[in-house]
Amino acid sequence: MNREEYQKLVKKHEPKENKLENTIYSFLIGGSIGFLVEGIIQVIMNIFTIGRIEAGTWACLIVIFVSSLFTALGFFDDWMSKAKAGLLLPTTGFAHSVSSSALDYKREGLITGLGSNFFKLAGSVILYGILSAFVLVIVKVIIGG
Amino acid sequence: MIFIWAFLVAGLMCAVAQIILDNTKFTPGHITTLFTVLGAILAFFGIYDKLIEFAGGGATTIISNFGYLLYTGALEGYKEMGILGIFTGLLTKGSAAIVGAVVFAAIMALIFKPKD
Repeated sequence: MNREEYQKLVKKHEPKENKLENTIYSFLIGGSIGFLVEGIIQVIMNIFTIGRIEAGTWACLIVIFVSSLFTALGFFDDWMSKAKAGLLLPTTGFAHSVSSSALDYKREGLITGLGSNFFKLAGSVILYGILSAFVLVIVKVIIGG
Repeated sequence: MIFIWAFLVAGLMCAVAQIILDNTKFTPGHITTLFTVLGAILAFFGIYDKLIEFAGGGATTIISNFGYLLYTGALEGYKEMGILGIFTGLLTKGSAAIVGAVVFAAIMALIFKPKD
């Protein structure tokens, strides 16, 4: 069997994913989360009569708490794989990555397991977020005076 | 109206992420990192402010908001204290998300057992 035939064979047996369906799913789920978070913000603003920014931070913390809890209860992993980017891109994905690595590595000990692997998945978001923000502010300072 | 925009903005961002995920070799880790950096870049051009203005929770719930918060925190720090302010201010606004994720994840890890 030559290389091309092999490639064809691999292609044939690759799991077929419906890309359009995935995209629609992600759109609907991601959109619903945006809608829901806006709802939470409005409710908090009205009940506690606080500003939009504080309410937004509370809403963010609520989302993080709920996704950590759902991850710990075990069914969030299934949701993540079904919803794909719809749950990955909102704050839910960030909270899920931290709490799932915390849960998975707990058995290897509190320092060498939990401690060293805590930011295993979320670390790149924090690292490149800080680096890009730092560089961009320096650029802004240089061009903006 | 803000609810419709919240739905559309969050939904479209996720749909774009899904299209990238399906058509390239990028992993979810690449996607979240990419969108965080994108958020900082959009903040740099003053676009993310406007996005939050009309989409509210739809824009603040996306991971790009983290990049935006880091950028604006650093910029405000610079305005207050100069170069030192970039270092002291960068994490101020993004703090809630990091501390929240750390505290809740640690509590869950201590209470619950991992599902096998």
